Amino acid sequence: MNVVVLGATRGIGRALARRFAERGDRVFLLGRDLADLDRSARDIEIRANRATQVGFAHCDLGDPDSFTSAMDAAAAALSTVEAVVVTAGDFATQPALEQSLERTRYLLTVNFTNTVLFCEQARTRLLAHGGTLCVFSSVAGDRGRKPVILYGAAKAGLAHYLEGLDHKYSARGLRVVCVKPGFVKTSMTTGLKPPPFAGEADGVAADVIRAIDRGQPVVYTPRIWQAVMMVIRTLPRFVMRRIEF
Amino acid sequence: MLKAASSAESVPHCMGNSSLSGWGRRPVPGQELRSEDLDRLTRDAVLTRGLGRSYGDSSLPPGSHPIVVATPLADRILSFDERTGVLRAEAGYSLESLYHDFLPRGWFTPVTPGTQFVTLGGMVAADIHGKNHHVDGTIGRHVRSIRVRVASGEIIECSRTEEFDLFRATIGGMGLTGHILEIELQLTRVPSPWIWGEMLRVANIDEYLDALKASAAEWPFTMGWIDCLSQGPSMGRGVLQRGRWATNGEAPEKLPRPLMRVPVPIVCPSWVMGYTVGKTFNEGYYRWNRTTPARVVHPQKFFYPLDTLLHWNRLYGKRGFTQYQCVLPDAAGRPAVRQLLELLTQQGAASFLCVIKDCGEQGEGLLSFPLKGTSIALDLPVRDGTQAIVDKLNEFVIAAGGRIYLAKDAFTRAEHFRAMEPRLPEWLAIRRQWDPTGRLRSAQSVRLFGDPA
Repeated sequence: MNVVVLGATRGIGRALARRFAERGDRVFLLGRDLADLDRSARDIEIRANRATQVGFAHCDLGDPDSFTSAMDAAAAALSTVEAVVVTAGDFATQPALEQSLERTRYLLTVNFTNTVLFCEQARTRLLAHGGTLCVFSSVAGDRGRKPVILYGAAKAGLAHYLEGLDHKYSARGLRVVCVKPGFVKTSMTTGLKPPPFAGEADGVAADVIRAIDRGQPVVYTPRIWQAVMMVIRTLPRFVMRRIEF
Repeated sequence: MLKAASSAESVPHCMGNSSLSGWGRRPVPGQELRSEDLDRLTRDAVLTRGLGRSYGDSSLPPGSHPIVVATPLADRILSFDERTGVLRAEAGYSLESLYHDFLPRGWFTPVTPGTQFVTLGGMVAADIHGKNHHVDGTIGRHVRSIRVRVASGEIIECSRTEEFDLFRATIGGMGLTGHILEIELQLTRVPSPWIWGEMLRVANIDEYLDALKASAAEWPFTMGWIDCLSQGPSMGRGVLQRGRWATNGEAPEKLPRPLMRVPVPIVCPSWVMGYTVGKTFNEGYYRWNRTTPARVVHPQKFFYPLDTLLHWNRLYGKRGFTQYQCVLPDAAGRPAVRQLLELLTQQGAASFLCVIKDCGEQGEGLLSFPLKGTSIALDLPVRDGTQAIVDKLNEFVIAAGGRIYLAKDAFTRAEHFRAMEPRLPEWLAIRRQWDPTGRLRSAQSVRLFGDPA
């Protein structure tokens, strides 16, 4: 499989790119920092121990103008793009966002508007041959909750968009995978106290690849979060008003 | 185009009540900060840790600076030369990954400690040794170059030809000379990924030491366990393990499968690692392990037997445990080993596990632990009298001309460490050159070197 990963230098994106390459998939890395992408590409090549070179290009979710050239570069390197994975995104705590409208605007734009714009590009390209669009939403999007109101709202919107894509385009060969990670111990969450059932990037990456292979439309990972969120979704409002979760 | 908001890059606040501990599970207030970007993270930090496998307070922060940088996310391989076996990687690259990435290709670390859950940075900072110390020395011998962020913030590449003083002070320097960012390591060629090894059951400590020294001449890997709860003529009876890499002819065609790992799910009550269970376990272990002829052994079972039991430190209960590891020089004579064990018994201390191995010549690292002699490691549950026991053992070790291993230590007094470490003034002088105010420090350096808390 030929895979493009946006957000490949860090966290779950890094773990995913390594796993794809290790099992023989061809990967193309997208990210913000060319020097960092170059280091990640070398790392993946050495780990995978294959002759194929790992290509990369600049792509910034903060800058939609970078999308077209990035996807062009990926298509040129891979000939056909069979899967596009988006792990990139922004995070800030609810208190930090409430203190700054500027910060809030950035997070909402990157995590919703610009991610959707990127997916629209990926969709048109993937529909040409059929393929998989795998995008990271979050369990935070499953219900409005006190600690993740703004982050969760953007992720909820993204999940909605992905569901719509799946309904409309699955018959035409577009497989949509919406990933809903629970708390994962990455640099995004460093400094936050890990709750029970916190996952590691590599375990999440294994779950995501399985979901992509199966064409599973929605995947919770670590898997226990599916049960946790089922409970959370059924809690009545008076409970949600009281708890801090 | 939107500018990335600056706070997206900023360092999060320390959560109020979090705590950090070493493998001995004795927490202090503190918090890890993780990122793939080690260069940025270490700019203002006073200490960096890897996977937190040092037992005592080496990787714990001083009281006034509760934040410790953790490297495990900075785990990229930067280069590897298939012809020479020279590997360069970021400090957080773990031995578990190295095993997975390189053993199937016929390369491995020339020196491995008893757990896979360590990082390259941590291995160099502690200058770890393995079962082959008498042949291959510590990891430091195989390190070609280290990229370090020193106290001034400057990044320096040090090696045997560039900034050699910083290089030898950093090997075994417990991260106190600078934040280790990248390491260039010479890997070793292995004929197969399997071990050819055998077990030898021995009836007492004298026989054990004889067998250990005799094995060293023929076997690159030697180590063993002794029962230090048995008394009298069977005192120090044990099982000696020795091995080497299996040749192509001896090894099975297939690669060794990863072993199943079982977690200890809860923090156990303190009696679990008490005398009665210890006695029963040691008796059983001795009986179970008979002398076996040489055969193919799984490399993980051989090098990392305890890694199959995840979180085994939870067995020691709420108060945690400490490992007392010292090396007694050959000059002190063989009776010294027996005397140390007798001293331990006199103190009323029961060590559940006691590991004795042979050490070769001391290496270049100025605070490197091993010296030509016998290393003894004792796991001691922490009780009210632990400090007194460690003091007594240390006094004995000083008199014998030996020393302790900083990566295991949590109880040694500053004056005791000074007395057992003649190289300390030289190391301190080099450290002062690079860090005149003692900015980079740990709970251990506060305790042992008088750094500001």
